Parts: sequence; structure tokens; C-alpha cells
Amino acid sequence: MSIPLPAFVAIPLATAFLLPMFGKRGKDAATVVANIATILLLVFAISCIGESGVYEIGKWPIPLGINLVLDGLSSLLLLAISVVSAAVMLFSAGYMEQYTAKPKYLSLFLLMVAGMNGVVLSGDIFNLFVFLEIASLASYALVGFGCGHEELEASFKYTVLGTIASIFVLFAIGLVYGNTGTLNMAYISKAIQNSGMNAGLGFAMALFIVGFGLKAALVPFHAWLPDAHPSAPAPISAMLSGVLIKSLGVYALARVVFNVFGVSLAVGWLLIALGILSMVVGAFLAIGQWDIKRLMAYSSISQIGYVVLGIGLGAMLLAKGANPAWASLAILAGLFHLVNHAVYKSLLFLTSGSLEKATGTRQLKEMGGLAQRLPFTRTTCTVASASIVGIPPFSGFWSKLILVMAAIQAQYYWIAAIIVFVSLCTLIMYLKVQRYVFLGELPENLREAQENGGTMLVAMVFLACLCVLMGLLVLVPSLRGSILEPAVTVLTDGLKYSDVVMGM
Amino acid sequence: MLYALCFLLFMIGLYCAVVKKNMVKIVVGILIMEYAVNLFLVMLGYRHGGIAPIIDKSHLESQAALNNFVSSSVDPLPQALVLTAIVISLGSLALMISLCIRTYEKYGTFDITEIRRLRG
Amino acid sequence: MQGMTIIVKTISSWVKVLIVLFGIYIILFGHLTPGGGFAGGVILASSYVLLMLAFGGEFVKKDLPLSLVSKLDCLGAFMFIMIAILGLVFGGTFFVNFLVDKYGQPLHLLSAGTIPFSNIAIGLKVGASLFLVIFSLSTCCKAGELDSH
Repeated sequence: MSIPLPAFVAIPLATAFLLPMFGKRGKDAATVVANIATILLLVFAISCIGESGVYEIGKWPIPLGINLVLDGLSSLLLLAISVVSAAVMLFSAGYMEQYTAKPKYLSLFLLMVAGMNGVVLSGDIFNLFVFLEIASLASYALVGFGCGHEELEASFKYTVLGTIASIFVLFAIGLVYGNTGTLNMAYISKAIQNSGMNAGLGFAMALFIVGFGLKAALVPFHAWLPDAHPSAPAPISAMLSGVLIKSLGVYALARVVFNVFGVSLAVGWLLIALGILSMVVGAFLAIGQWDIKRLMAYSSISQIGYVVLGIGLGAMLLAKGANPAWASLAILAGLFHLVNHAVYKSLLFLTSGSLEKATGTRQLKEMGGLAQRLPFTRTTCTVASASIVGIPPFSGFWSKLILVMAAIQAQYYWIAAIIVFVSLCTLIMYLKVQRYVFLGELPENLREAQENGGTMLVAMVFLACLCVLMGLLVLVPSLRGSILEPAVTVLTDGLKYSDVVMGM
Repeated sequence: MLYALCFLLFMIGLYCAVVKKNMVKIVVGILIMEYAVNLFLVMLGYRHGGIAPIIDKSHLESQAALNNFVSSSVDPLPQALVLTAIVISLGSLALMISLCIRTYEKYGTFDITEIRRLRG
Repeated sequence: MQGMTIIVKTISSWVKVLIVLFGIYIILFGHLTPGGGFAGGVILASSYVLLMLAFGGEFVKKDLPLSLVSKLDCLGAFMFIMIAILGLVFGGTFFVNFLVDKYGQPLHLLSAGTIPFSNIAIGLKVGASLFLVIFSLSTCCKAGELDSH
């Protein structure tokens, strides 16, 4: 293939190591270099659509060395990560002026992007763990970046829970190595197909679900998210909610469940149960919030529930041996919702950051009537809210429609009913946001609120245009066939992953 | 049998990280968990009566000597995993301790029941 | 942070040299004996921690300015990723050991190609960062406050 795969990891790493040398005086030069790096990654990700390949690092052949694998699922997630990180980096060029150590922020941000790219591309399970840790450590530091009271408490809670999750994942990797004797995901898959599951591998699977589920903020393990996402600076909330919980949590879970271990009925139903629990609990807890970012954080938990429900439904249908077309429709809905949510949730958090910079507060009761003062923020926030609620023709409508269709086609009518009910709850919470922030009376102290211009505006408008256009991803057959279908095929052909990798 | 003791150490660390109220004790609990997992990984590679996996001139003389070496040395791969895991835990430990110190400067206490401004 | 008595100060300034030498030995022989970049870097950092305990934090801050250590830290990391990218340029694959044909035969003086250079870069980075971490953690707040708890 044209672009060597390690470029996705090496470019942000090299830039991240170079940036702290700039110091306080080279702040603007550092911002320009960082933006060039993320835009270069976006260009590379777009040119990798539809390709696939295996890259052996250091020319060591596969069972001996580490390899990077690019297949449909990886290229879909790389595209999502690059788009969101390019937009957020543009936004943070303007927003982070109020913090003092900007080159360090940019360096940590690029380390997080390098870690996420590494997780998505890795073909070796321990390499996945190392990149997971790189991205997680960078995000723990970024959440507490402002060093105020709330940020430190949120960051400590997030760090402790995230480290415990990573230790569970490492323990599970040790168990897998002890039972199969290799660390390469394709070879592990072959070994498990030959020897079957035993108690050690079953326990390892449970530990993987707990560890990755905590990173993805599924409901019994969600305790860190409502504190971490509001307290972080707005661009970091956008990255965390938009791509980090998806690439570290949902992607790793899907890869391990579908491609390495193989689906089983118990795991499928467990994923469906976790998904439904997250959807319902997240939606109910979000309606009563008065802090705008905390409301959006709970809404993130709810939307990740949709994604896991779609993937779990597909897993359960595959394990039951039902019509494979039903399973691939469910997985298509889940993956499309993942990509959609990355775009509109990060746009929502960026607009909340713009609101916070203009008004100085995050409480809904203190804002009101800002529709005339902040026109661009109002438009982009409305576009994003319409997407997340599911109003046609915005992107969120199509993914929810396909998920409901998949549930009805598989004859689980109660799941379809729950999906529609939670969508109504999402409508209620975003109507609340719109009414309290933009409509109503303008309070005295906000009479001079100014619209934020420059790069912040460009980033928000870019993401808003994507929200409108993303519906075409599933409606236009050629786009669907080149971007979404390869990802779905990777998951539905679960155990053939090992043949594909060993054959390349 | 040794694996059961290793798992017991892991459970002790987990209990400490979940139940205790002092921030530094929570960090120590996480450290104990990490030691337990590193111990488990090293024990995976052990072989009874094994020799260290370092090659010298006598092993390279003939194919039989090399085969003998391969079948009697301990597995070096888990040792590489443990080195990486130790470095990662050092990084996260440094981050957690610096968060503890900064929180102490702001609140004046290490007790997590009193550091609770975020609710709901 | 205060320093200690004059006996400790004299001895530690002699012993510091030995510790640095031992750390450099562990780094350079990383491909033959256990240790390598990380362990050697920790030993290098601990020599300056010894100085900090014996002489006090202020002396070490004047002796080794933090901005220099920070730049050494970035330089070490950058050198490491440059060696990996040079593997791409000269050898065709990322991170390949491109010196192993000429310099990399086992049981010769220069064995294992680019691995000693990677070890040196890692040793520099780990030593600098660990020194920065321990220095920042120990001199951030007044010592009396933490003792009373």
C-alpha cells in the first residue's frame, strides 16, 4: 500500500516529542506544527479508505514480531479519529489561550492521538495494551489540565478507575498467553479454534469485558465519566467523548469478542443487556442535570449504549445461527451510530466550550436568550442537537432508523420499543438545553457576550457540515460499499480474521 | 498452587483500592495489584530446572546444543512483557502521586469523603 | 529542603561519579546483560537524587537548570523515534535494525546493530524524566505541612 502504516503512529509521536522544546515563546509556532500534523493524518486516513494490508515491524515475520493490520474496521475508525482530532485541534488553537502551558497541552494531545491510532491498527494483543495505556495516561493528565478543584478530583477518580481497568486487561492478556502460547491476535484466534474454550479463557473473556467496558463507560462501570467529561477543558471533553471511549472501549471489545474469541450466545446477550442498561440509565440521569456538560456526558453514556446494543444484537444473531443478513444490518447500525456519535457529540462539546468561553458559566439556569448574541454557536448547536435526537435529514436519524429496523427484522420487538422510548428521552433532554440556553430571557450580566471567531468557528462549522452530510454515507451505495461495508464484513466474518491476516 | 497465592495478592490489592478512604492508600492498593499481575506474568514463563535465556559461545557450536538450550531455558517473552508493564505502572504512579499532592494543596486533606464537590 | 552534615556531603560527591559510571555501563551493555535503557536511566537519575538528599533542593536547582533537563528529555525521546524512522529510510521497514548486517553479528565487538543507540536514547530520556518527576514531587510544597498529617 502507498502509505506505510506506522506513519499513523510515528507522525504524532515525533511531533509530540518535538513540541515541548518550543517553550513559552514559541507557542504560536507550536500550534501551527501541531495543526499541520493532525491535518496530515487526516489526509493519510482518507487515502487509506478501501485498502487493507499487514505491516510487519522490523521485518520480523508474524509470530515472532509485532504487526500492524489495516482492515475495514480499522480504516473506519482511523477516519473517525482523524476527522475529530483535526477539528478539535483547530478549535483548541483558539480555546486554550486561557491556559498557561499550551505546548505541553498540544504534546499530550498528540500523544493521545498516537495512542488511539495505535490501538486501532495493532495486530498484536500486547501492543494493543501498550497503546491503550499511552492514550489513557495522556487523557488522565489532560482531564486535570486546569488544576482547579473540580478537575483534580475528577482526574483522580478517572485515573484510579482507568488504571484498575488496565490492570484487569493485563491480567487477561497473561491468562490468554498462558493458555495459547502466542500474543499475535491471528494466531490466538487459530489456537482457540483448535483447542476450544476452557475455564482460563472464559475468565479471561470476562476480565476483557470488564476492563474494556470500563474504558467504554458501560453502565455498571460508568462512575468516572460524569465527573471527568465536564471538568476537562472543552476540546478534551470533545475528544474523550467523541473518540476515546469508542476506540479504546468499543473497538477493542468488538475486536476481542468477534475476531479473537468468537461469538457465543452468552456474550451476545451480555452485550445486549449492558447496552440496554446504559441507554436507559444514561437517558434518565441526563434529564435531571442542570450543568450543560454533565448532561451531555450522561447523554454520551446513553448513546454508547446504542452502539453496544447494535453490536451485541449482531453477535447474538451470529451465535444463534440466524440469517446473516440480519446480523450484518444490526452491526451496520451499530458502527454507523459510532461514527455519527463521534461527529455530533464532539460538536456538542465544542459548542458548550464556546458557550463557556463567551458567558463564563456552565449552569443552564444562569444562561438564557443567547440566540441573537451568539448566532453561529446557536446554529451549530441546533444542528448537533437535531442529529443526536434523530430528526431527518440529519445523520442521527438514519442510524437510529437502521437500528430499529434491525431489531424488528430479528423479531425482538421489545428492543425496538426501548430504542424508540430512549430516543424520546433524548429529545426531552436536548429540548431542555435549547430552551434554557438559547430561548428565554437574556440575563443582565450576559448582555455583552461576544461570538467567538477565528479557528474555533471554522472547526464548529466544519463538524456541522459533516453532521448534515453524513447521512449520505449510508444512502449512497458506493460510499456505503467502500467505507461501511468492509467494516461490517470484518465483524460478521469473525473468525476468518486469522486466515485473512496470515494470508496477506 | 502458586497461582492461587498470586490471585490472593491481586484480591488484597483490589480490596485495598476499593474500600480505603485515604488517597495514598488507594494508590498503594493499585500498586499491589500491579505487582500481583507482574508476578503472574513472570510465573507463566517459568520452567522447572530452567537456565537463564542468554546465549553464549558454547550454545552456538552445533544444532544439538542450540536445541538443548531452547528446550531448557525459561521463556523470555513474559519477561519482556513485565518490563514494559513496570515502566507503564511507573508512569501512572507518578501521575497519581502528583494528583494526590496537588489535591492536598487545594483541600488540605487526603480523605476522599471530604473531596466531593462533584455530585449528581 | 535542607542538606545534611559535611561528612555526607563530601562522600556523596565522590560516590555520585561512581553511580553515574555504573549507570552508563548498564546502558551501554544493554544488549548483552540484563538492564538496558530503562534500568540504566533509573540509576542515572538516582545519582542526582543522592545529591538532592545530601545538599538540598536549591543547590541542585542551581547546579542543573530544569530547562536543560527538560530539553535533554525531549532530545532523548526524539532521538529514539528518529532511529525508528531511519530504519524506514535505510532499511525499507519501520524500526528495522539497519546496521545488523555490517555491525550486528553475535560474538563480535560491535554486535546488535542499532540497539545500543536506542538504549542510549532511552537511558537519557528515562534519567531526565525520572529526575524531573522526583525533583518536582519533593520540592513542591513545604515539608512541614506533609509531616503533620
